[in-house]
Amino acid sequence: MSDTHAQTVPFVRDTMLPPAEPPIKEAGAMRWLRENLFSGPVNTILTILGILIVWFLVSHFWDWFAHSVWNAASLSECRQIIAETWGEGARGACWAVIRERWNQYVYGFYPPALYWRPTMAFGLLFVALAPVLFSEAPGIRRIVLGLTTVLTLWLMVALGAPAAWLVFAAIVLVGALAISERHVSWLLVFSVLYPLMGVWFLWGGSAWGPIMVLVGPVLGWIAWRVMHPLSGMVAVIAALVIPVLWWVGYAGEAARDAESIVSFAIPAVASDRFGGFLLSITIGISGIALSLPLGIVLALARRSDMFLVKSLAVIFIEFIRGVPLIALLFVASLLLNYFLPPGTNFDIILRVIIMVTLFAAAYMAEVIRGGLAALPKGQYEAADALGLDYWKAQRLIVLPQALKISIPGIVSTFIGMFKDTTLVTFVGLYDPLKSMSDAVRASTSWKGIYWEPYIFVGFIFFLICFAMSRYSMYLERRLARDHR
Amino acid sequence: MSETITRPIDRSHMLVSDEIAIDIRNMNKWYGTFHVLRDIDLTVHRGERIVIAGPSGSGKSTLIRCINRLEEHQAGHIVVDGIELTNDIKNIDKVRSEVGMVFQHFNLFPHLTVLENCTLAPIWVRKVPRRQAEETAMRFLEKVKIPEQAHKYPGQLSGGQQQRVAIARSLCMQPKIMLFDEPTSALDPEMIKEVLDTMIELAEEGMTMLCVTHEMGFAQAVANRVIFMDQGQIVEQNEPREFFNNPKSERTKLFLSQILGH
Repeated sequence: MSDTHAQTVPFVRDTMLPPAEPPIKEAGAMRWLRENLFSGPVNTILTILGILIVWFLVSHFWDWFAHSVWNAASLSECRQIIAETWGEGARGACWAVIRERWNQYVYGFYPPALYWRPTMAFGLLFVALAPVLFSEAPGIRRIVLGLTTVLTLWLMVALGAPAAWLVFAAIVLVGALAISERHVSWLLVFSVLYPLMGVWFLWGGSAWGPIMVLVGPVLGWIAWRVMHPLSGMVAVIAALVIPVLWWVGYAGEAARDAESIVSFAIPAVASDRFGGFLLSITIGISGIALSLPLGIVLALARRSDMFLVKSLAVIFIEFIRGVPLIALLFVASLLLNYFLPPGTNFDIILRVIIMVTLFAAAYMAEVIRGGLAALPKGQYEAADALGLDYWKAQRLIVLPQALKISIPGIVSTFIGMFKDTTLVTFVGLYDPLKSMSDAVRASTSWKGIYWEPYIFVGFIFFLICFAMSRYSMYLERRLARDHR
Repeated sequence: MSETITRPIDRSHMLVSDEIAIDIRNMNKWYGTFHVLRDIDLTVHRGERIVIAGPSGSGKSTLIRCINRLEEHQAGHIVVDGIELTNDIKNIDKVRSEVGMVFQHFNLFPHLTVLENCTLAPIWVRKVPRRQAEETAMRFLEKVKIPEQAHKYPGQLSGGQQQRVAIARSLCMQPKIMLFDEPTSALDPEMIKEVLDTMIELAEEGMTMLCVTHEMGFAQAVANRVIFMDQGQIVEQNEPREFFNNPKSERTKLFLSQILGH
């Protein structure tokens, strides 16, 4: 025992300590096991219990998976093969159904001769997404675009695409690869044009239709430029109203006239031929692309100081969130026809996309509102104090931060919406999970097959949703600004 | 008394002109039923350096936040640089682009680099070409002595550095008036000095400044007028020497004895 305690002795440090390396963490499998699985009696019992449960589950399903059959023309043939190989009474999975009905699961009832068209549209989708999703990651972008180019062209050749379209796809894909090395932002032009292009590739018909749709925003832009010097408000209204007038009143006629003068059409495919993952992905991607901007607008509207704007947003969001999606889909398929003038042919997939978008947008709005509310008030004040007007403050300061905060919620909404696309089965569309599996079972050769189609479709959905989830985590990491 | 101001002050450019920068007449403000600002009359001439002091809740922050309309006043008139603040958004934005503001918690934009923080408003509000805005920003970052941090994000800087960036960000808009809302209250003592040095330099160049601060050393060194507020009213104002050595009101005496005492 000493009566001079360290703190009571005068002390001056004459040399400052340099920073030292942190101690190396002790490693080793045994140590890990001891610390994590067998650290005490309770923990040991739980570990053993867990192992037993896993063993119980695996032992039940193992032989079924192990006895998989990949090559058979019918369920009875499958069963015969299993019985011959593993003896009478053995169970086994018959994946042959996926192999045989693969095209149906992917393309639905799309004309087989035109399978290359959705394939090309899907490939070009990645060109459209690359500058948006991977704008600051040239390495990943190169890999994605490179793989897309090879796979798309290979599949198109395999599916018998015409030479002219092969050349077109090759030029776009290789061109995108080259442009993305230097000027990624130029690819955004393609991203903007892609929706119309994609619609044309999928549904076919005259190219003048999408072109005339494109004229709408151009007219709106001209109107804005002409009116802007006179009055900002009038210019905004004109820029919004004129395209709508054009689409409703003149675009269809103009497209028909143009088509009769210079024909530029590819074979049309009706909406009832769509099905399987083609349908899910078409609805899912459209819904995702449309619901985000709509959700942002709704979230801003709900936080607006203007009573009317705010009330409309609240009513819309609360109404849509309070109604099941299936109810909205029934409205889309049945009720909408009563309200529209007789004779209007409003495509069922388009109607479903609108409903799915509205549904997802209402949820999106609430997710983004959470992000907006999480921003410190000081950010708004600093933007105000610098003289930024409302829209500039939102675009440059508020939304980039609020959206970043909301990424997990936004992606959750996307994932939920993508899975909800299977509900279109209730309005007679061929979703991959229910309708397609029913269609497969309706044939005599696959009558009675039950688990395999569901597991397969579930697995594909899992892959896509898991990819979205991983992307959101990558994006969060990339946008982190706290410590670097 | 604060020992943070050690160097002699160059007063050659500290000139107060006859021109009126801010004119506040009979201004009143309420939060709900609470009367925060009562009959405020204040005229600020170009080149003046005014320190506003007072106990917390006395309305001093609210007063300077009314000058760029972060807070709305309900009665009376505020004229800034010849423009009256009304509900007209155009006037408000015009005033805001002429009046710089520095906040207690810096309020830098965390998703932008230091340089982007400084060039954002010049590019989007003043429509200055990017290259030119960046040159100006670098000049002001050099002035606040952190040009080497230009490409870092605010989260990587210390509090004092962040506040100096915030001052540079305001200066990049080339404001005619600078408002400081307790700029050193969230800082460590070591960092207070670096921020005050920057503010003193600004004063030496003749900037019109209104500072809400508890740094009485700063007030004595550079202010030409000290305003004492309590309960939403201006209780006393005077030139610093008189204010500190010979306060008139009992409330001021009490306040000064509390913050300068020991």
